[in-house]
Amino acid sequence: MTQLALVIDLNVCVGCHACVTSCKEWNTSGWAGPMTDQRPYDADPTGVFFNRVQTYEAGVFPNTETYHFPKSCLHCEDPPCVPVCPTGASYKREDNGVVLVDYDKCIGCKYCSWACPYGVREFDEQQKVMKKCTLCIDRITDMSLPESERKPACVLACPTRARIYGDIHDPDSEVSVAIREQGGYALQPEWGTEPSNHYLPRRKTRIQIHEDELVRVDNPLKKEALPTLPAAGETLDDVAW
Amino acid sequence: MHPAFSVIFLTTLIGVGQGLFLALYTGQLYALANLLPAQSSDFYAVGSMVSLILLFAGLIASFFHLGHPERAWRAATQWRTSWLSREVLALPAAMGLIFLYGTVHFFDLTKPLFVISGTLPVDFSLIIGGLGTLAVFGLFLCTAMIYASLRFIKAWYSPLTVANFLFLGIASGFMLASAFSAYQGNSLVSFYGTWAVIATLFGLLARVATLYRNGRFRCKVDLKSAVGVHHSQLEQKAQGFMGGSFNTREFFHGKSEGLLRLVRYLFLLMVFVVPVILILLAYALESETLPLLAFGIQYLGLILERYHFFTEAQHPQNLYYQSMA
Repeated sequence: MTQLALVIDLNVCVGCHACVTSCKEWNTSGWAGPMTDQRPYDADPTGVFFNRVQTYEAGVFPNTETYHFPKSCLHCEDPPCVPVCPTGASYKREDNGVVLVDYDKCIGCKYCSWACPYGVREFDEQQKVMKKCTLCIDRITDMSLPESERKPACVLACPTRARIYGDIHDPDSEVSVAIREQGGYALQPEWGTEPSNHYLPRRKTRIQIHEDELVRVDNPLKKEALPTLPAAGETLDDVAW
Repeated sequence: MHPAFSVIFLTTLIGVGQGLFLALYTGQLYALANLLPAQSSDFYAVGSMVSLILLFAGLIASFFHLGHPERAWRAATQWRTSWLSREVLALPAAMGLIFLYGTVHFFDLTKPLFVISGTLPVDFSLIIGGLGTLAVFGLFLCTAMIYASLRFIKAWYSPLTVANFLFLGIASGFMLASAFSAYQGNSLVSFYGTWAVIATLFGLLARVATLYRNGRFRCKVDLKSAVGVHHSQLEQKAQGFMGGSFNTREFFHGKSEGLLRLVRYLFLLMVFVVPVILILLAYALESETLPLLAFGIQYLGLILERYHFFTEAQHPQNLYYQSMA
């Protein structure tokens, strides 16, 4: 079984929103579109996005750390939004595990959004149906594209390669290796929804070293003892070692 | 959660309608056992019609909740997994049976079909009423489970939600039955009034228990788990947008704590205290209008109660939408 997913590296995400804009650009004109906006150039603009980049700050100034946190549908292995749908419009694809909405069946009751603890489904106020990240299903399944382009728009757009895409059920895939070796974690794991998308944590490489390890204390021959500097006025040439 | 009036009216109106039907059928059973004087067929027929009108009004209200009401028929397909879909089936089933129940009484098709043990005459209305009762209880369960099955919304994820919908529906239905009897001038006013008060008191127990429970619990997840950054001082700086989004509109009520406290006290007064006092007064004064007033006040109180029910619910997605700047 294949389970396509994203792995988002919070260590390198700089919060540039390139994934947000490329997602909207690709999907609004594609299979999942339009992603309508209300009052886009007016006061109080709003609209549908499948992907948002939020920013969090940990700590108190000056000891702070800024986290840019891209947030989209996690394509859960056990998606709570799917069984509650009364029409079957919300479904999880058997072949690749992507959670999708059939806009022609959706009655716009919003019950699925209540059942999602992550708040990643957005109701389209104009089309009156529920929308969500499709993992660019029209791109990743399009065999006419070269394989390097058969990836979600957000992944292709990311300038820091903070987004990795692949099959998390394949233990040798890039995403599986990243999750395994770089501490990949799921959001709100307490619920048992088993999100497929994972996040890689902020990572810092520090060595544990003590002061006495920098200076050799056990040095009977004083091999590394520095000569006392000669008094001022003398040059090094005058010193006999 | 944002309290949507379509759903508030749906749940309260069908609650009253279902309760009224249960009241009619209870009255018939009591009359069958000679515990109450038998009523004319008009009483049951008109009562069923009122119940049907209330259920229909609830159904209409529910359509305002949908983005695509013309596709509502599709909602009957996923009854295996979705309580909402089950409600969509249970509601017309209950309406159909109540319609049949009223029709049978209206055309006086109440000749006994057979007699059990020489004492219990069974007619169409008894059978259809029994099936209707099952459908009505099923509908109560479905309506409540829509909320009680959402394990992420802890304020609703409790059997108390089912008890609340059940008792308050029955209470308001029997209250209406009492008012209806008073209006018709028959002797069932105090019978229905008594049961309405009993159901109201059970409802009070369930509601106070819910308020107590919801005032105390902590959500299972916090921001640390939501973002995955385990720092004791983690704070949101940006949501990813400056205007609103569906997430900020649907899951926040945006009402002040003061207003909610006022709503809470008002509904406790209007659903539980005032109607009980009015029914007791109606006994004492043998008034025909007080039960009607009791029902009216209780129904208005129920609207406030449901409003509060929605604002009580804290959705875990709100963790991601704490500050805008």
